[in-house]
Amino acid sequence: MPIEILMPALSPTMEEGTLAKWVKKEGDSVAAGDVIAEIETDKATMEVEAVDEGVLGKILVAEGTENVKVNTPIAMLLGEDEDASALDAAPKAAAAAPAPQEKQAEAPAEKPAPVAAAPVAPAPDDVSDPDVPEGTPMVKTTVREALRDAMAEEMRRDGDVFLMGEEVAEYQGAYKISQGLLEEFGAKRVIDTPITEHGFTGLGVGAAMAGLKPIVEFMTFNFAMQAIDQIINSAAKTLYMSGGQMGAPIVFRGANGAAARVAAQHSQDYAAWYAHVPGLKVVQPWSAADAKGLLKAAIRDPNPVVFLENEILYGQTFEIPDVEDFVLPIGKAKVERKGSDVTIVSWGIGMTYVMKAVEELAAAGISAEVVNLRSIRPLDIDTVIASVKKTGRLVTVEEAYPMCSVSSEIGYQVQEKAFDWLDAPILRVTGKDVPMPYAANLEKLALPSVKEVIDAVKAVTYTA
Amino acid sequence: MAGTSGKTSGARSKSAARSKGGAAKSSPAIVEFTKEQELSAYRHMLLIRRFEEKAGQLYGMGLIGGFCHLYIGQEAVVVGMRMASKDGDQMITGYRDHGHMLAMDMDPKGVMAELTGRRGGYSKGKGGSMHMFSKEKQFYGGHGIVGAQVSLGTGLGFANRYRENGAVAMTFFGDGASNQGQVYESFNMAQLWKLPVVYVIENNKYGMGTSVERASATTDLSQRGASFGIPGEQVDGMDVRAVMAASEKALEHCRSGKGPYILEMITYRYRGHSMSDPAKYRSKEEVQKMRTEHDPIEQVRKRLLDNGWASEDDLKAIDKEVREIVAESAEFAQTDPEPDVSELYTDILL
Repeated sequence: MPIEILMPALSPTMEEGTLAKWVKKEGDSVAAGDVIAEIETDKATMEVEAVDEGVLGKILVAEGTENVKVNTPIAMLLGEDEDASALDAAPKAAAAAPAPQEKQAEAPAEKPAPVAAAPVAPAPDDVSDPDVPEGTPMVKTTVREALRDAMAEEMRRDGDVFLMGEEVAEYQGAYKISQGLLEEFGAKRVIDTPITEHGFTGLGVGAAMAGLKPIVEFMTFNFAMQAIDQIINSAAKTLYMSGGQMGAPIVFRGANGAAARVAAQHSQDYAAWYAHVPGLKVVQPWSAADAKGLLKAAIRDPNPVVFLENEILYGQTFEIPDVEDFVLPIGKAKVERKGSDVTIVSWGIGMTYVMKAVEELAAAGISAEVVNLRSIRPLDIDTVIASVKKTGRLVTVEEAYPMCSVSSEIGYQVQEKAFDWLDAPILRVTGKDVPMPYAANLEKLALPSVKEVIDAVKAVTYTA
Repeated sequence: MAGTSGKTSGARSKSAARSKGGAAKSSPAIVEFTKEQELSAYRHMLLIRRFEEKAGQLYGMGLIGGFCHLYIGQEAVVVGMRMASKDGDQMITGYRDHGHMLAMDMDPKGVMAELTGRRGGYSKGKGGSMHMFSKEKQFYGGHGIVGAQVSLGTGLGFANRYRENGAVAMTFFGDGASNQGQVYESFNMAQLWKLPVVYVIENNKYGMGTSVERASATTDLSQRGASFGIPGEQVDGMDVRAVMAASEKALEHCRSGKGPYILEMITYRYRGHSMSDPAKYRSKEEVQKMRTEHDPIEQVRKRLLDNGWASEDDLKAIDKEVREIVAESAEFAQTDPEPDVSELYTDILL
């Protein structure tokens, strides 16, 4: 039987890629370890090595094909003693063209598809962004590009802004967020650091105290734990301790929260940790518009801003206003969808569960109002309260642990400020109170789900 | 203090006079001071000494609260460094910071009022002994987390290089902090990027109550940058002339684009780690020996008298003048009101 060679997943969050080049041709002999093709992911170009020996019998996906889903058969490998006729006997492989999204589940998956991976970003609904005038032209962009563009625009605008972090320059960013920045701004302003979070964070804060405006990229916020003293004790507190003389205009940014299948030490949402601290601003964008508008605001902000991105969101595409200088206010939530029966408050990747759930809820006749917080600190509780006073019910959705979470704080403030308007207890959907497990089934259980959001809404609306 | 008082013309050099105990083993040649330099050093060190004595008194009277770390005994380090530096060079240090602020020409009234938590303090009373800053005087704190200022000071050096302003970041820390990991992360980046930072290790022999020998696998702290290729020297930190000579060399190294430099100042604190430290970890005799044989102020005083550059009366006049400045600062620090309660919620964000 010929062996199917499948489109490999080359990163924890990769779902598809471009088959950039076939290194071997049909009819070539292949030994295990031979490079047979080059695959371009959203982060990098990677070589694909053969796992088995044989002859490359048939290429199923032509060179240059984009959006080839992970696990799509890309070639057939003939074993010893097999000739091309064996190919006809093989089960009809998937078409060379990328499989449509819906069919992904039917692809011959070797392993369960990562559950947390990239729910499709829903289109924004009819609620217009109050900060964007009616009729503004929109352009499709990924969160990744939005972040890059935000940094590039601010670096063009202000020579004191620079980017430093691990692999931000020559490698073009571990997650390709800083792609092209080295080329445009040079090594003076796009700086590869050694792997030395504590040191380079302190260095960045010191440079900020001297008046520069550093953007410090953490490859992920898990690694910022090594540097949290400098973020809190130095960056956040200096303005107060100096009686207002000296602050730290600095942005700490990078991937935060769970990616996919990277387990306990690489899967944690730090929003509540940083939001606890006076002297910091904390931003957690969901859409590309959030990412661009808020990152530009964060870079201009004279205070230290913790900017929590999410790896799974990087590759998602959203429409963003096609305007010259798109800046969103930090500390202001956005009502993404109007509704009357229940308020759902979420932020960052939590929004992906919510936007799916509200479609199903709408089909079931439940009208949900969705508040995308955008910023965690300052917290736009007024927008939340206004919505709760309208709907009388509140569900919060986040991926972080439940104990002392952002949800806890929202729940507290809502009962304090809108107690008489509540018609049901506030429910929260969160990550489970466990370190993130590796096994796919356990990871799925540890994260929130669309069903949990729907169940919570049904519970508070007494429609379960 | 004058910014560029490091006048060496006409000064005589000789090999480092090595005294026992407080001596360094690799001090560069000592530059003999002129009369003006001796007088300036004397006056500035005396101001720190008297200021700290007064702070100790106010602490005892309950007027200063919390932690209070006195610099008495170490005065030559910061004064010698400052004599070699130029205006525009920044300074940053840990929590034993009063002397550094005075050396950077910060107003003693503002410093003392901060110690007592009053509104006229440098941080409006919100920082206290360990957290004071002056943008105007290029003093970047005043940091309470041991070793944190080393990365921050490296960042000041980074900003200097970024702006090509020719300034050097004088980054002070103690023998205790020299075992913190971020110190070495900073050394690596500073040398990698040739940042203008002088790392001044004030080795006063004890990190709180633990002697260097009990805390450090290698005790020549000047060589802690060796694996990064950062040059370092041990300096007799009780001799202001040795400090200044070494500082000039280190600052010049940084300013010429060669990267960081380490100066290990061998010094001694006469008082405990903080006000609440009974200092049981060392003998009274050890302290007494340092005071009588190596006192940085007495050394200058003796030279002034021996050279006929000042009479006892001249020195008394200086002492009187310094005491008046300190008394005035103490008076201000006791009469200035506490911060307005509205200050509780200011200066959190801009």
